[in-house]
Amino acid sequence: MSLLQVDNVSKTFRGLKAVDDVSFTVEEGSILGIIGPNGAGKTTLFNCIAGAIAPDTGTVRLSGTDVTGAAPHKVSKAGMARTFQLMKPFGSMSVLENVAVAAMAHGTSRRAATDAAADVVERVGLSRWRDARADGLPTAGLKRLELARALASRPRVLLLDEVLAGLLPAERLPVMDLLETLRSQDGVTLVFVEHIMAAVMRLSDSVLVLEQGRVLTAGSPAEVTRDPRVIEAYLGEEPAGAGS
Amino acid sequence: MSTAVQSSEEPRALPRPPWGRHLAAVAVLAVLLALLPLVLAPAQQAVAVRVLIFALLALGWNIMSGFGGMFSFGHAAYFGIGAYVSVWLLVERGVSPWIGMLAGMVAAALFAALIGFLALRYRLKGAYFALSTFAFAEMLRLLATNSDLVNRAVGYNVPLRGESSWAFIQFEPGAAEYLWIALALTVAALVVTIVFLRSRLGRFTVAVRDDEDAAAALGIPVMRTKLLTIMLSAAITSVAGTFYVQYYFFVDPDVAFGSSVSIQAILPAVIGGVATIWGPVIGAAILGPLNDLTATLLRDPPPGLEFLQGRAGLDVMVYAVLLILIVLLLPQGVYGAIRERWERR
Amino acid sequence: MTDPTREHGAPPLDRGTVSTEEPPQTTQLTTPAPGGRRRAVAVRVAAVVAIAVVALGLAYWRTGNEVVVTQAVLTGLMIGGVYGLVAMGLTLIFGVLDIVNFAHGAFLAVALYITVEMVGRFGAHPYLALLVSVPLMFLLGAAVQRFILSGAMGKPLENQLLITLGLALLIDNGLLLFYGPNPQSARLPNDTGINVFGAVVTVGRLLAFAVALVLAGLLYLLLQRTRLGTAIRAVAANDSGAQMVGIDTRRIYMATFAIGTACAGAAGVLVAPLVTIEPTTGELFNIVAFVVVVLGGMGNVVGALVGGLLIGLTEQLGALYLPGQSPLLSVFIVFVLVLFLRPQGLFGRAA
Repeated sequence: MSLLQVDNVSKTFRGLKAVDDVSFTVEEGSILGIIGPNGAGKTTLFNCIAGAIAPDTGTVRLSGTDVTGAAPHKVSKAGMARTFQLMKPFGSMSVLENVAVAAMAHGTSRRAATDAAADVVERVGLSRWRDARADGLPTAGLKRLELARALASRPRVLLLDEVLAGLLPAERLPVMDLLETLRSQDGVTLVFVEHIMAAVMRLSDSVLVLEQGRVLTAGSPAEVTRDPRVIEAYLGEEPAGAGS
Repeated sequence: MSTAVQSSEEPRALPRPPWGRHLAAVAVLAVLLALLPLVLAPAQQAVAVRVLIFALLALGWNIMSGFGGMFSFGHAAYFGIGAYVSVWLLVERGVSPWIGMLAGMVAAALFAALIGFLALRYRLKGAYFALSTFAFAEMLRLLATNSDLVNRAVGYNVPLRGESSWAFIQFEPGAAEYLWIALALTVAALVVTIVFLRSRLGRFTVAVRDDEDAAAALGIPVMRTKLLTIMLSAAITSVAGTFYVQYYFFVDPDVAFGSSVSIQAILPAVIGGVATIWGPVIGAAILGPLNDLTATLLRDPPPGLEFLQGRAGLDVMVYAVLLILIVLLLPQGVYGAIRERWERR
Repeated sequence: MTDPTREHGAPPLDRGTVSTEEPPQTTQLTTPAPGGRRRAVAVRVAAVVAIAVVALGLAYWRTGNEVVVTQAVLTGLMIGGVYGLVAMGLTLIFGVLDIVNFAHGAFLAVALYITVEMVGRFGAHPYLALLVSVPLMFLLGAAVQRFILSGAMGKPLENQLLITLGLALLIDNGLLLFYGPNPQSARLPNDTGINVFGAVVTVGRLLAFAVALVLAGLLYLLLQRTRLGTAIRAVAANDSGAQMVGIDTRRIYMATFAIGTACAGAAGVLVAPLVTIEPTTGELFNIVAFVVVVLGGMGNVVGALVGGLLIGLTEQLGALYLPGQSPLLSVFIVFVLVLFLRPQGLFGRAA
């Protein structure tokens, strides 16, 4: 049984098919990269999976349990965490508190949550900013904070919406290293939307290409990048690595 | 990970919340204020009690609208429920106002949960949310005004017992006990605020206020968090209502549910500092004496202003000007601004 | 109020919204719905009319007296016209400045006392006060926007709400300080009743209604047919866009607030002969105007007029349904139902 199974998910906004009959599965411990041009429906797909919006049709299963249209906090409790492309910090709290509150939401006691949060903050490289107000962080810090909060909820599946965008090339490497450790050491399954092809190529076991809400193709990174339709629809549009 | 985030600009560190220090400050304040009856004349003591009632009202409002970010323009509903439930039990059933206070808290919390649930289920936000809270408070006022069950517009007078009684919160006019009880209730509300803020519920509440979507995605049950916060807020404000009736011996629908009560719940918090622990208390400590000052002025106007003799309205005009100035010039309130300056140093 | 055609299905319990998915908020002041939506509007109008007919039937069944019902309908419509005028000013301000103006009723109260002064001091006909009140309130509105509210433009909603609340308290209690709490009046000379289907309508109410409708029409023409009106509508629809095409938005904000306040000034004079004038009278109108604005759709000027008539009816018929209760109670019940079921108003589009 796949850990995450998405079947025939569709979502229409005011007559526009943002996500059109998308299906895929993700095995435990693997990394799936989702690519596609702007407006291909990647974020909407994430929202459908994570419960932020209910799909019109289709089902989402997490290790066999149907979580389609469940409230986001229930999806989170079921073991799925997500980050937001447009960062959503708890602005009035410190970085540590931001992360601790995520741990607390998953049943950890206040003290244990703070300890766990300190570890996660260290791990994502935010220690220096631990006691800073979250709304004072620069983009790079906010991206890491998104990641840290999601990690603190100890997910089995982590949905990452462009965590590398907005980082300097030098800042990307440690994040990519972290993601690999997450999979290899912590056994977290990753699904990530990314524009930066170098990251997609390096991290993904398989890649899903979306175009205008539909699955254009799927396969290994090497297969996908050789597909002429992908080159036409996406890679030809802008040089790889753009969007940063 | 080896490289830390690079940035030339160091953000201001947020001091670890000094919960212990806040609690110690509450204790010191409690002891100091408890000694007030030794030095204050009865009239000044009445001002002090008024300050404490203001503070209690606003501490309740601050939980929901400050820390919770759900702007209530209808806290009169909870104040009024606290007042009416306890006075009804007292007058019609002879029940001690202490029990009435608990009953009022429960009733206010339940009513708050009901209207909060409706407002949140239908996703009212911003102005719509505020207007819905206002509408419910006004509906209670109109219902009380026309209901035989609670004496219509006449309201209730608290029956005089002719003897001091802790069980029935009734003492000689101007007795120190009134101040002590008001103080104890306010201190309890402050402690509850501090405990709430460092509790799981409090952390969730602030997280939901700062970003609802992110909070939900991290596993925080948004609706439950908001409802519990609203209920706590209503319960605290209802205590102010119960005490108010026992202290002033009187309540009617306008005194209990009038929109001016909702405004009095907002003013101290805004002037002192919304979403701060001490803001409501400091705001109340500013407004109470101001009220006394304007009342004195109208009773005994200085030369040249004799026409003010016996007029009403000046107190609220002063509040109004203060409110406008604070919102325009010190949006964080007096305490918020002082704290900011303190941390900058 | 259970309109089966409503477009926003009741959301399931406890689900977050995704704000990034929502289109930017725009406000439509008066432009009629484009072709595709005309049918939906027709359905809604039909629904409103149907509800009104049922309400009338119920009122007749409840009282068994058609004169009483006719009287309620006439009185409701007459006062409803004035409510509409008050609410048009309020909704205009909301649509353009995004301010929930708690001081609107206080401005109306000022106009009431201007009328009292005109009648009391100069023995003038009450409606002559329009000539003084409207320009004066226009200037007051402009000054308030320029010197007080402009400092809070773009700040959180609460800030503006608190400032207008402060203004309301300041004005109401200023009136209380200077005029005292005793009710005043500004009666019309020789106010006789006219018999309509057995019910009686006073000339005063009829005049107030007629003048309110004329002024509402003028406001509509101002918005639709003048350059200023076009600029106001542009700012309401998209203020940064309006700025880009060279509209001085700060001037428009000031003009809009002034016009809205002038509406309150006109309405105050019109109702002065009909009500007992106290410093808190304005508050009542403020409350009713909020209800009307939400009912008509926040920012919808035509909706405000229709909403005013409906709320006037609700108030009078509600008094028949709920005898012994305040007529305001039924207004609030309708208000809460609208807030929950159609927060975008009867004539707004689904959010």
